[in-house]
This record gives sequence, structure tokens and C-alpha cells, in this order.
Amino acid sequence: MTTVVKSRGTVTIDVESCKGCELCIPACPPAVLTMSGPVNKRGYHYPELHPGCTGCAACLMVCPDYCFEVFRFQTPVEHEVPS
Amino acid sequence: MSTIPLGPVLDTAHAPGDGARVVEPKTPALLLTNHHHLCPGCGEPLAVRAIAEALEDLGLVDTAVCALGIGCYTSFGATVDVDLVQCLHGRAPSVATGVKRMLPDATVFTLQGDGDMVNEGLQEVLHTAARGESLTAVLVNNGVFGETGGHMTATSVLGQRTKNTIEGRDAEYHGYPILIGDLIAQLEGAAYVARGSVHNAGAVARTTKMVRRAFEAQRRREGFSFVEILTMCPTGWFIPTGEGPDYLASTLGEVHIMGELKADGQIRTTEELHAENVRKAAELDAQLARGGLED
Amino acid sequence: MTTTTGTTSTGTTTSGSASTGASARALMEGSEALVRAAILADCRFFAGYPMTPFTEVLEHFAALLPDAGGVCINAESEIEAVGMAWGAVATGARAATGSTGQGLALMQESFSEATLAELPLVIFNMSRSQGDYFQATRGGGHGDYRHIVLAPQDVREGVALVQLAFHLADKWRNPVMIYGDYLLAHTQEAVSVERVEFPPLPAKDWAVDGSRSGTGRSRSVTPLGVTKVGQRHFGQEGKAQYIATKMAYVEREARAEAGFCEDAETVVVAFGSPAKFVKYAVAQLRDEGLRVGWVRPITLWPFPVDAVRAATRTARVVGSFEISSGQLVDDVRIAVAGAAPVEFIGGVSSDHSGFGLGRLLDVDEVRERIRALHEGRTQPPVPGYEEFTYEPAPHQLAPTPEVTP
Repeated sequence: MTTVVKSRGTVTIDVESCKGCELCIPACPPAVLTMSGPVNKRGYHYPELHPGCTGCAACLMVCPDYCFEVFRFQTPVEHEVPS
Repeated sequence: MSTIPLGPVLDTAHAPGDGARVVEPKTPALLLTNHHHLCPGCGEPLAVRAIAEALEDLGLVDTAVCALGIGCYTSFGATVDVDLVQCLHGRAPSVATGVKRMLPDATVFTLQGDGDMVNEGLQEVLHTAARGESLTAVLVNNGVFGETGGHMTATSVLGQRTKNTIEGRDAEYHGYPILIGDLIAQLEGAAYVARGSVHNAGAVARTTKMVRRAFEAQRRREGFSFVEILTMCPTGWFIPTGEGPDYLASTLGEVHIMGELKADGQIRTTEELHAENVRKAAELDAQLARGGLED
Repeated sequence: MTTTTGTTSTGTTTSGSASTGASARALMEGSEALVRAAILADCRFFAGYPMTPFTEVLEHFAALLPDAGGVCINAESEIEAVGMAWGAVATGARAATGSTGQGLALMQESFSEATLAELPLVIFNMSRSQGDYFQATRGGGHGDYRHIVLAPQDVREGVALVQLAFHLADKWRNPVMIYGDYLLAHTQEAVSVERVEFPPLPAKDWAVDGSRSGTGRSRSVTPLGVTKVGQRHFGQEGKAQYIATKMAYVEREARAEAGFCEDAETVVVAFGSPAKFVKYAVAQLRDEGLRVGWVRPITLWPFPVDAVRAATRTARVVGSFEISSGQLVDDVRIAVAGAAPVEFIGGVSSDHSGFGLGRLLDVDEVRERIRALHEGRTQPPVPGYEEFTYEPAPHQLAPTPEVTP
């Protein structure tokens, strides 16, 4: 079974600037950010984005390391996701 | 919690192509670099972003002069593209006074921590407010000396554990925290006084608005304007970074209540802000008990 | 600018390029004349806190600066006063603060850091005695720092040295102090406050005004070794070394004047108002045929080592006359470097209030102390010392045991 998940927006993440504080994880209203398994060059886990971003910029607003840039799609992008 | 099933990890290393527009730039234009040496989970970079955005929103960038205090945030003096006068610990309001009196058309602001403003330089900020200097003082308040590694300040709340209040701040032994915004709001020379926070996205947005209002008061030469910003300091609070926002809300945030303490000539005490929050919470509870939130 | 010979009947030579003409003289209190000189030198900001005998300097700035387009703030404390002046100086304006010993003690952190921040701050020190010589020349701030200290002997010279202070502050981007006293601040003299011309100085390309914010060329005025990203980075050590190596050049600004020293067997060193008494007393002793001379440091820092050494070349004994327990005498000893014995011939002496100079500052007293030095006799007692000379208790006379293992 799969579900279609719409992304109205997306982000870029400067993973090398991330210090792994995890503030963005609970800040994300649709909860589509998770922390990575691997670590960056400085040894920190960093956030990863999954389908469902709304482009609300909450992650950017709480990120102390200015890692996020937020975009909104003119037409939402659809992803098939196993449910 | 979200009901969205987690899909695959998406590419976030590259900006999307056509069909997408930037809604928020990664780094505020006023920052020469996004790199800084502050600890993971620190709230001070968010306060710096709020100031930078407020200046950009109001088109005041090319009038801005910062009188900077001494604390962790001092490192932003090197990376924020704003004319800077570095001050000694506690002295920024007086230095800003000298700057503003010589440059009446500049947008002059201080950035100080609670150790800098409320401990070392308490009389400076009070006198500057009382004189009604048309400048904006910004306080980043985390209730702790972050730079020395987590020691009690004059704003540490009762019960707060720091390196020199190991069992928690005890009123009988260590005295009570100072609600600096209330002191300033009572002074005739203060035109705008507000207390914000950066512990979640809503608070950041609200705080940015407060900083904007403070700068607007300065531009209208209404007098002294002041914005206190509660910031997380997980290092100085000895907690995991992810717990910073909740710890802020449940400790500092319960004492130093967010809100506008003086605006449009109206003074509201922290106690009144607290009572209002309690009333609003009770209303919500009542609505929920009646079967759901009303519009 | 050093002269080492007396050329007039009192042995006085003028110093530096200071020229205040005799035209349009007016009887004026010293404080007012100094303040008018500061405004002539384009000082446009002053912040201070009242304290005797400095208070009148603040009063005159408060009265005169607004009409000159400037600002004088009645600061709520000395620490705030120096902070305000710090901010004003950072914008490129000529600005000053001031106080007397205790108030200046409160400002010491700012004074030392202002040196690192290269702030051309001018400080009016109307001292209660000369016991603040160390405070002025060594200071109580931290780290390696130096201030130029100018010590006028009277109001007329003060008018010139105040203007020189602003020039030197900008020339070297370093704090400069005017070291005066009760007599300088409160004596009325017939003076004409006229502009002293100095060579032009480069524009202040370091000062802040906000106009470069957001352009990538914003500036920082800072005592720290940190500058903006992309600009020259000092680091704390580098900044300290940079300032230390600048001071070697500032030492060239040493100034002094001397009189009757060409054949002097006894030379007396003194500064400020007391130097004027010494000059007069030396002239009296010369009239009696005694081979005595005087040398007066005009800059207390940089100390005019070469001028003092030259003035004491023929001396068999050197005296330091100062209204203190002996501070200037240390610098005299360093300058004379053992070529002749250096003796302290001053003393602690204040008026009944403690704010002014006391009974020791009297021509007869000064003359007899110089005569005693010249004749190798014990110094006469300092007036008042009979009553209050310290008597140690027996436990204080007992030896203190060694504690090193």
C-alpha cells in the first residue's frame, strides 16, 4: 500500500553548519524532519527532510546555525510513500 | 503528532529548480557568514536574526550602529555587517548614549546579555532609560552566565541550578531574580518595553515584531525602547540541546513572562501578563471541557 | 619640544608651539579657560559627574557646549560618563570626560581599554594633590597601556595644552589626560583663549556612523583583537603587541622646560602648579648666588627622560619637589640613572578640606627645602607632620618570621 504525500515546499540544509541541536525536529509542524544516522565533518547528526514539507519556515526560524533555506513550489510535488 | 507517513529522505543539498521560490533566505543579509562559534542549541543567534530582520524590514540597515556588550553574543560583532562600538561589560547603554547624541539620525542599539545588563550594568540601562535616550536596548536573557560556563545571574529564577547555585537558586540565600522589563517600564523616559523569546517559531516571529516596534519608537524619537529576548542556553543549563525550549518555557518563561510591558503609553506588569496567561489558559480548558475549541 | 636653558629673568622659556597672544585678555577662572580652549579645539561632547575640584569644568562645559553645537551630559556616575565619552569619540567627534582622583579611579577600566580601542579620548583631571601622579602615569587599569599626560603650570599654559591634548589624542589615537589641580581649576588669570594651529590630521577613516552597515564595509571600534570577518585580524596577543609597539613612537612627544641648569650643582624637578613655585624660589636662590636650577616635565608620560638627564648633567644632587609622599621621584631616578643622588624634597600637604594644595606650597617653604638640599642638610619638617607622624606599635616593630620552606 502506498499513500500520496504532497510537498508544498522544500528546504535546503547546510549540513556542514549544523551542530545537531535538534531544535528543528519538534518545530516542524508536519513532522517531516528526522535526524540523520550519519554525521557531518564535525561529528554532528543533522536533519533530513521527508515528503510533506509545507514551506512554513518554522525550521529556519528556530535554527541557531542558519542551516535552512525554505522554498515553496508553485505546484505541489507529489510523492508515493509506503503507508 | 503528524499523521504523514515518513517517505524517503529528499535531496536538500541543492535548491529546487524552476517552479519554486525562496520564502526565507538561509542567512540574513546582514550576516557576513552563517558560521559562528556559539554552542549547539543556543538561542542568541536567533535573537541576532530577529534584530537583523527588523532592521532589514524597516529599511534602516544603512543607519545602524550597534553598541555591543560582553558575552557569548560578542562574537557576532565580527560577523554582523553593522557599524560596531564594542563596549566594556555593562557599559553599552552609556556608550550608545554618546553615539546617539553625536549621530541623532542613526539607529543605535545595544546588544547585551543578562550578566552584562542586569548584573554589571544595571544602573546604566536604568539611567539611560530614565533620560529617555532615543535608542534601543536589546537584552538576550538566558538567566545564566553562559560564557563562564553556567553561573547565576541577577535574572536566574528561583530553583535554577547553576554552577554557583548547585542546589538551585534559593531566595533566602541568593535573593530574588530581577524583572528588568518592569523596572524600565516604570521610567518616564521609556517609550516601548517588551519581552520576547526564541523558544519556538511563533515566539521568534512575535519577538521580531517587538524589535521592529522598538526601532520604530526610536525613529519617531519617542524615547528609550527596550526588548528583552529569552534565549536558550543548554550548555549553561546543563541539559540536552533538544530540551532547551521546554526548559526555557517552564523555568525562565514562567517568571519572565512574554509580552509588551509598555506600549502606546500603557504599562502592564509581568504579574498582569501572567494573570492574563492564566485567564486565557482557563478559558481554553473551559472550552475543551465544553467539547472543543471555539473560534 | 625641549629647552634646557633659562632665557628670561625668571629663567623661564616657553614650550612647544603654544602661543597665546596678549590681545583680548580677560580675567577668567581656570576651569572656564580650559573649557573654552577645548571648544576652540572642536570638542563637541562632554560627560562628567561633579566632584571637587573638577566640578567647575563640568559646569562650564554644561554652560558653553550647547551654544557651540555640542552636548554635555550630566552623567549619573563617573563610569557612565567615560562610557558616554567613549561612544561619542567612536563616532569621530572630539569628546572628553574628567573628574578627580576617586572619580578617575572608577574610570580606570575604561581608560585602559580605550587605549586598546585606540580611542582619542581627552580626560580632564583636576586633582586634589600630586599624589595622583602614579594614577595618571601608571594608572589602575589592566594590561599594557599608556596615556599621554600633560601638566600645565598655570591657566595660560593650560589653554594651549588642552588644545594640544586634542591634537595628540587624534594624532596617536590614544587617550590624553590634562593633569591639573585646585589652583589651575580655580585661579582667575588674565588670559586670552586663542586657537593654537596644528598640522592637519588625516580623516578618521575608522569612526562609525552607520552608513556602511550592510555594505560589507562596516567598521568596528573595539578594544578586542576581533574585527569584522574579512578585515585585518589581530587576536588578543596581536592587538596588545600592536599597541605596545605604537607607544615607542608616542614617546617622542615628551616635553619639558628647564632653567638655570647649565652650571647648576643642585637641580629641582617639579610639575604643574608647584613647579611655578619652584621656579620662583630657584630664581631667588640664584639672586643669592646659589648654583641651583630647575627642570619641569610638561608631559608626565612620556616622561622627558632626555631633558631631565640633560638638565641634571652638572648636578651633584637632584631634588624632586612634589605635593605627595614621593611619586615623581621614581621617574626622576630612572631618568638620572644614578648619575647623581635623587632626593625627595616634597611632602603630603593639603588644605583643611583635602581638596586643595596645602601649606607646603609656599615660596618660603619651597625655597628653604631647596636650600637644605643644596647645602646637604636635613629637610625642614613638612607643616603638619609634627602632629600626625606615624608611630609604629611594638608588634609592628617585631620581625616577621620567614615562611618560605
